[in-house]
Amino acid sequence: MAAEIGHLSLWLALAAALCLSVFPLVGVYRNIIAWQWYARPLAWLQWLALTIAMLCLGYSFYINDFSVAYVANHSNSALPLAYRLSAIWGGHEGSLLLWGWMLGGWAAMVGLLSRSVPLPMVSRVLSVMGMISVGFLLFMLLTSNPFDRNLPWFPLDGADLNPLLQDPGLIVHPPMLYMGYVGFSVAFAFAVAGLLAGNLEPAWARWARPWTTVAWCFLTVGIALGSWWAYYELGWGGWWFWDPVENASLLPWLAGTALIHSLAVTEKRNLFRAWTVLLAIIAFSLSLLGTFLVRSGVLTSVHAFANDPARGAFILGFLVVVAGGALTLFAVRASALRSDSGFKPVSREAFLLGNNLILLTATSVVLMGTLFPLIGEALDLKISIRSPYFNGFFVPLTFVLILLMVPGVFSNWKRQDGKVLLRRMLPLVPAAVIAGWFGARLPDPSPWQGVLAIMLALYLVFAHVADVWRRARSYQQGMMTGLKKLGRGYWGMVLAHCGLAVMVAGIALVSFHEVERDIRMAPGDKAQIGHYHFVFDSMDKYRGPNFDSTRGHFHVSYQGEDVAIMHPEKRTYHASGQVMTEAAIDAGFWRDLYVALGEPLEAENAWAVRIYFKPGIRWIWLGALIMALGGGLALSDKRYRRQRFTAEDEVRTGVAS
Amino acid sequence: MKANSPWVFLPLVGFVLLAVLLASGLGRDPQELPSALVGKPVPTFSLSSLLTEETFTEESLRGRWQLLNVWATWCPTCHVEHPYLLELAARGIPIAGLNYKDETPAARQYLADLGNPFTHVIVDADGQLGLDLGVYGAPETFLINPQGEIVLRHAGDLNERVWQEKFVPLMPAARQGGGA
Repeated sequence: MAAEIGHLSLWLALAAALCLSVFPLVGVYRNIIAWQWYARPLAWLQWLALTIAMLCLGYSFYINDFSVAYVANHSNSALPLAYRLSAIWGGHEGSLLLWGWMLGGWAAMVGLLSRSVPLPMVSRVLSVMGMISVGFLLFMLLTSNPFDRNLPWFPLDGADLNPLLQDPGLIVHPPMLYMGYVGFSVAFAFAVAGLLAGNLEPAWARWARPWTTVAWCFLTVGIALGSWWAYYELGWGGWWFWDPVENASLLPWLAGTALIHSLAVTEKRNLFRAWTVLLAIIAFSLSLLGTFLVRSGVLTSVHAFANDPARGAFILGFLVVVAGGALTLFAVRASALRSDSGFKPVSREAFLLGNNLILLTATSVVLMGTLFPLIGEALDLKISIRSPYFNGFFVPLTFVLILLMVPGVFSNWKRQDGKVLLRRMLPLVPAAVIAGWFGARLPDPSPWQGVLAIMLALYLVFAHVADVWRRARSYQQGMMTGLKKLGRGYWGMVLAHCGLAVMVAGIALVSFHEVERDIRMAPGDKAQIGHYHFVFDSMDKYRGPNFDSTRGHFHVSYQGEDVAIMHPEKRTYHASGQVMTEAAIDAGFWRDLYVALGEPLEAENAWAVRIYFKPGIRWIWLGALIMALGGGLALSDKRYRRQRFTAEDEVRTGVAS
Repeated sequence: MKANSPWVFLPLVGFVLLAVLLASGLGRDPQELPSALVGKPVPTFSLSSLLTEETFTEESLRGRWQLLNVWATWCPTCHVEHPYLLELAARGIPIAGLNYKDETPAARQYLADLGNPFTHVIVDADGQLGLDLGVYGAPETFLINPQGEIVLRHAGDLNERVWQEKFVPLMPAARQGGGA
């Protein structure tokens, strides 16, 4: 019964989405205020229907209704409840429903929090979001209905959720990631609405900006969670694999990062308007491209869903309509967005433009690398694109990015005196070089890239500390008062930039100082990794809810003191017979210890054991969290809560980026 | 950023090229087995029998339309599927069994308890044949023609719906095991 209610709700949501994409927009062109008023209630109705559908699917999982094909394929009566519920997004159909539900949720929130935006603009934005929703709902109902029944021959028990996905990290990773992907639809809708209106009002960027920042924060956390999950669940000890699906999440993030900076310029200076609109279109189109790559079976990936060319064709068609349509509109209307004001080659605008170009170059690099299997096939090239390609571009690009961030932060809008800028920047260089030199050498000698990365990370942090100091003093009311006067938007930027520094330092540490050893060990054997002493005590077996496990017991000491007891496991899942490696990790701020069981060796009880010492790896995810926190802080800036933009705000937030 | 300049069309042109590239990739299916093994002969093997003293090779899968069912005692869905296999066997469909990554005594007990739908059972204790066939879990069922070529692969349990929708259309009428 629940499945039928859910199915019906999807059709209801489709009806609401169709109305939403037609009436408010026609209302704008025909100047029918009543039709424009329908935009908000329709968005809410659509979300209500989708929420009911989500609840119905969740209920079907809760009661183990294996007559629903999707439940039968992704759950099992022995599966713990938390995983049964997170199995809602454990497969193609359900994750699509999550996508649609979030899209509806974003539209509903836009309807709720847009009191200060003129009605015609809200109507256009919600109409565009309605159109996207129509596409997704049709896709779901025509090719991938999560409520399809298995009747009359349904299995007695389910096939179980992929064991890789039976993990707490995976309960939250997809929703976070999707909130990011889908969230960019708001920026996209604002961009298309602006193009439809023919001209961007000066306040346009201020309306679109908080939505973009929220989406960016979610995406940042989502990607970090995915990296963290891959690190501990896949048992290889790596944190980023340049896998096509990882790249698919990185692409909108890079474009989105460019977008939030470009939006800052558009908000403050009413410049880069066409560029900002284009980036908004690109960011969401890349989100859709990611969806296409994951679900069409075009590329091989550990994450790919069941392959189905029909689904791929539908998403590609949808992508063509959405991105192609928006880009056509852009081509026709962009000339109306020409800016009158200008800026000097040395100014904050110029440095932000430089950073935007770097971020877009990085986006292109990832896009090319990800699609290379297709390009190679089209051109009949047999070259494998692996991590050396990506790292070869990314390391220098990140270095240049940081070098441009510092003068960007130090510069004024419009024009900046070059000598003053140099006076602000140069004194920090020796400090960063000396501190970086010692910092990078502290554990043990490091190649020059590692030293340079640490220096640049420190330079970035020093520059922001110096900038906070300078700006706080510029109020001339004492340090504490000055610090309080700095806007939250500014503090958000400082925090996010420092997050990047933390992440870069973490990457440098783990890349150049990690120790990886594959060794044969039997109970009683000892191994020395770095300064850590590992003892393999024993093996035992135990039975989990839906798996059998072989578990090793290790204890680790550091200079004679016990620091950790570790239990790496090999699990065999009953329903699928799949064998999973559960690595044991002793996490710490400065370093992780990582033990994973490989294969059992011929001799009784001996195992191939992988032991890693990973300094600084936590900083990578910590850096990402700090970035997201920075975004959240910027969001709480009071200028977004005001109805009108006053001159007083202009002055107070003038320092923020 | 000059107005009315052709650069505004650049993103669109770039996107069209990208879309063409993506469309060219749609037919590709780098992961799914059917495209890789369908139409190809069963990989060569030489494995022992579960219930007799024979050794089976790929020859044992030739000469008639038959199914190759990958099963194991550790696989709950195989238990669920088992009655249907018995029913198919009763209708006269030859089914070869591939006992996949299993313990031989347990497998013998399983067939003794639940009945044996298989014409012969091949023991693939270390999963080598399963690997060659691209099996990623039990149960899976392959449809094999008289030339010993794989016609279809089905992952997951076999039931009447799957049988009618996927297998029957591919088989000559005489071998479909009566009505139903």
